[in-house]
Amino acid sequence: MSRRVQSRWHRPVLAAVLGGTLAAACGAPGSGEPQPQATGSALTAAPTCGTAPVTLKAYFETGFPVPKSLTTEFTKQFPNVTWDIREDQFAVITQNAPRVLADDPPDLMRLPQVSELVKNNLLKNLDEYAKLFGWDQWPPSQLEQMRLAPGGAVRGEGSLYAMGLNFSMTGVFYNKKLAEQIGMAAAPATLAELDDALAKAKEAGVTPIAQFNGGATGGLAFPLQDLMAAYGPPGPVNDWIFQKPGSSIDTPANLQATQHLERWIKAGYFWKDVNAVDYATMMSRFIEGDGLFMFNGDWESGNLDKQMAGNAGFFLMPPVRQDGARAAMSAPLTFGISARAANADCAAAFLNWVATNAEARKIGVEVGGSHPMGPADAPMPAIAPGTVTESTLAAGAQIAKDNGAMDFIANATGAIYAKSWTPNLQKLVAGEQTPEGLLKSVQSDYVSQVGGN
Amino acid sequence: MTRPTTDTTAAAATARSPFRRKGLRGPSWVGWLFVLPAFAFYAVFVLQPLALTVQYSLYRWDGIGASTWAGTQNYLKVFTDPDLFASIVNAFKLIVFFSAIPVVLGLAIASTIRRIAASRLALVARTVIFLPQVIPLVAAGITWSWLLSSNGLINQLMSYVGLDGVIRAWLGDFSTALPAVGVIGAWVLLGLCTLLLLAGMSKIDPALYEAARLDGAGSFREFFSITLPSLRQEIGVCVTVTVIAALASFDIVYIATQGGPGNSTMVPGLEIYYLAFSERQVGLASALAVILTVLVIACALPIQWLTRDRTS
Repeated sequence: MSRRVQSRWHRPVLAAVLGGTLAAACGAPGSGEPQPQATGSALTAAPTCGTAPVTLKAYFETGFPVPKSLTTEFTKQFPNVTWDIREDQFAVITQNAPRVLADDPPDLMRLPQVSELVKNNLLKNLDEYAKLFGWDQWPPSQLEQMRLAPGGAVRGEGSLYAMGLNFSMTGVFYNKKLAEQIGMAAAPATLAELDDALAKAKEAGVTPIAQFNGGATGGLAFPLQDLMAAYGPPGPVNDWIFQKPGSSIDTPANLQATQHLERWIKAGYFWKDVNAVDYATMMSRFIEGDGLFMFNGDWESGNLDKQMAGNAGFFLMPPVRQDGARAAMSAPLTFGISARAANADCAAAFLNWVATNAEARKIGVEVGGSHPMGPADAPMPAIAPGTVTESTLAAGAQIAKDNGAMDFIANATGAIYAKSWTPNLQKLVAGEQTPEGLLKSVQSDYVSQVGGN
Repeated sequence: MTRPTTDTTAAAATARSPFRRKGLRGPSWVGWLFVLPAFAFYAVFVLQPLALTVQYSLYRWDGIGASTWAGTQNYLKVFTDPDLFASIVNAFKLIVFFSAIPVVLGLAIASTIRRIAASRLALVARTVIFLPQVIPLVAAGITWSWLLSSNGLINQLMSYVGLDGVIRAWLGDFSTALPAVGVIGAWVLLGLCTLLLLAGMSKIDPALYEAARLDGAGSFREFFSITLPSLRQEIGVCVTVTVIAALASFDIVYIATQGGPGNSTMVPGLEIYYLAFSERQVGLASALAVILTVLVIACALPIQWLTRDRTS
């Protein structure tokens, strides 16, 4: 083949092929995606799964047995319903959620932060179901975090776009043996008492706080938010998380909280290698008895009841003053229905069943360790006395009474945890960031993330 | 070449070609037909994604909804955002570990192995040194994060020899996290470099060494006057591959530190992934990807040029 002959025509051909490739890429990306749904009401009565065979397509999180236990029980009660379940790790779900909801719509899906999904019209508006099933009669705080104003701009108000299978509660777990060793007779009732216990533990050679802060998940956000709740009311923190216009995390109360956390760091209350400790390492060290306190959530209650039977306790973060209200991070285990789901009615019936059926509520507590959703007077399953699960459920009631539920500061935007809280908290540990600088830096990242993509 | 009697596609293509009947110019078309299947894959899986990335980099887009034209704003942001720019600087720092150490150490090890080539020890050494290249990077990352943890083997050994003052969580400390990640990379790439250089050394004519020795050259003189110049091309390949590995690193960093603590080990590959899939800033991620591609080419081309065999 002669080179001379080729060169006469191969350039135009190459150009044509390249041009074609580029032409395929032309047009602004992202056109032709889901449009807002019509909100016309079609249902007259609460939907059911009927009697004809139906297969629900579900997308769950790996490593959390609750949804699967519930679907199995549901099929037992309603044999015409079968499940086609796909599972992935939460990080994978977070990254894939928009594409999966748009291209391969599941009937029921474990959801990450929902703002961006609602913005893109990917989730079904559940208002109609809420009315027909009476979800709007439940304590409003249960559903607040899953409500979004039109366009997904502000969370905490507006239409319902997701449902919880249960709602979790965070606070302070403690090792009862170590508590006895340092002479802590009862759970601290004020922040000063907690500080006192921490100091005593340090003196006794016990690590005061078992916490993780490595990789892309800064676990010091747990004690930090608890301190925020001790120093100030939860309202402004929630406003910030829900992206209410004009809200700021950089408030005097939050500065006091961050300074308090810095004092704990400087006093050596955390492990020296806390910046290299991941969640799993923290759990195994705490269970082995390395650490008096651990700031974590009730999703570990069942696990701790098994692995530290009788030796683990739980209390809510104590307020600054003894008569102060208690607040805690509390969030539903969110599931949603795709805007393009084939069996949305049946999926909604399942969500209602999870909150109202006695057997389902029992599974939610026993397998999940968290408080079930549903009306305030719904029957609670019996819990063995003296267990961690018992104390976390009681804490849930206390938070409801004090109206102290907060969403997690890490959920304010999709990227605020990995890209802002975590690096800043890691710098705080290393002494490379000040409390003032931390709050300013997070606030400026927040403004740029909320303001424009 | 044998006659393509069984290749019906080629035969049919030849028969259909109008040039074939007319004369000699036809076969060039046939050649391109043979290339077509491979080129189609190349166009769909390499050229099109490349073109799309360039296109995305000019928009603000969350990956799903409507996009808006951004022009060069995304590119400006990469150079003005201190976090994004720092990730590029980190990638260049990693070149020391991913490239310099494996090549220099690889040269030393390869010439040592060459000297003992006949013994069984050489085989063992070759295998041991190449092993990291066989292990998946994820497994290497996990193993090393255990070794480097605060109560890992490395700290235990240091504590055993009395270095208690130095021990720390190597991957969790701001000052040591990036070098620690670099050490993992050096360990992985050392095997590749050693093997390539060893293969290059086996091509060198032994008569050259003999002549040098007769002239009274010592082993250092032999190394610098014969071995090193003869390995120009192999060293070029090693440096190119390892520099690209450093600039485009992802797996080791993702497994060992995820960019932490506090962005101290953030590299462009990881930043692109975070931007696209957790921050949903597909435009900015694409712009950083385009810049990274240009940087890799800008670094690889001069290396190729410098180490080209001038005699041919």
